[in-house]
Amino acid sequence: MAPVVGVVVFPGTNCEYDITVALESLGATCRYVWHHDEGLGELDAVVLPGGFAHGDYLRPGAIARFSVVMEAIREFANSGGPVVGICNGFQVLCEAGLLPGALQKNAGLTFLCRPVGLEVASTRSVLTRDAAQGQRLTIPINHFSGSYVCDAGTLRELYARDRVVLRYTDNPNGSVDDIAGIANDAGNVVGLMPHPERASSSLLGSTDGLVLLRSLLDSVPAAA
Amino acid sequence: MRFEARVEVTLRDGIADPEGATIERALPALGFSGIHEVRSGRSFRLTLDSDTEDEARELAQSVADRLLANPVIERATVELSAA
Repeated sequence: MAPVVGVVVFPGTNCEYDITVALESLGATCRYVWHHDEGLGELDAVVLPGGFAHGDYLRPGAIARFSVVMEAIREFANSGGPVVGICNGFQVLCEAGLLPGALQKNAGLTFLCRPVGLEVASTRSVLTRDAAQGQRLTIPINHFSGSYVCDAGTLRELYARDRVVLRYTDNPNGSVDDIAGIANDAGNVVGLMPHPERASSSLLGSTDGLVLLRSLLDSVPAAA
Repeated sequence: MRFEARVEVTLRDGIADPEGATIERALPALGFSGIHEVRSGRSFRLTLDSDTEDEARELAQSVADRLLANPVIERATVELSAA
């Protein structure tokens, strides 16, 4: 059975189609989940794609975290289901408290849209299990608020528990310790600022995102 | 009773403030001197109905803490006055 991935759509989300095409190219079946849905239905994984949920008003993710669907996503995550937030999705997961820390405005106060170098810092997460420790990837970023920040205690905890998933090789936005992506303690909830779906076909200039998306699909229990 | 609450949201101490820093760097070019630090923030004005001032303050603080500020990086202060 092809893994079924729920792609969460808030008003203002704009990467739902791209992630769907990328995941379906790897054999998944994707189904959109509307922000007002009370349940997720039968799903194997959940992706919160990029965009500008609720216009990013107030702060990115600040209003989206109150969406009806977030309760179901929280339950799915707490029961061990794989959940990945990309860019705006990462911001939503932080605002919702499913991941620690916050995403602040880029240090240079400019919107950044370009490929960046990344290093896989942990293979313990659902997004990196098929990658090699230290593997270099080139994947685009596309954000204004991507500077990851957390307090010193949280940062220590992230490293102590092997929860720093991806790091920039040349920090573009001022993120603390070059952090581009993190996971929760169990490794089943991951947030990252780069867009793996934009590096999922040679037509796009890079296929480096595929190893991450394949990891997510491989982490689905039924597929094992 | 009707109250007006002014909520000020500022970054916590130690959290980088690129907007404040940029403004700070621009000041000498504009001829301003003697300003050593600029911290940016946002303010909100809520008009609300409540039986008592304490309740109004509690309501505004709750809105500030749960929505207007992200407690990870920001703090919110509330000033209340009769509307």
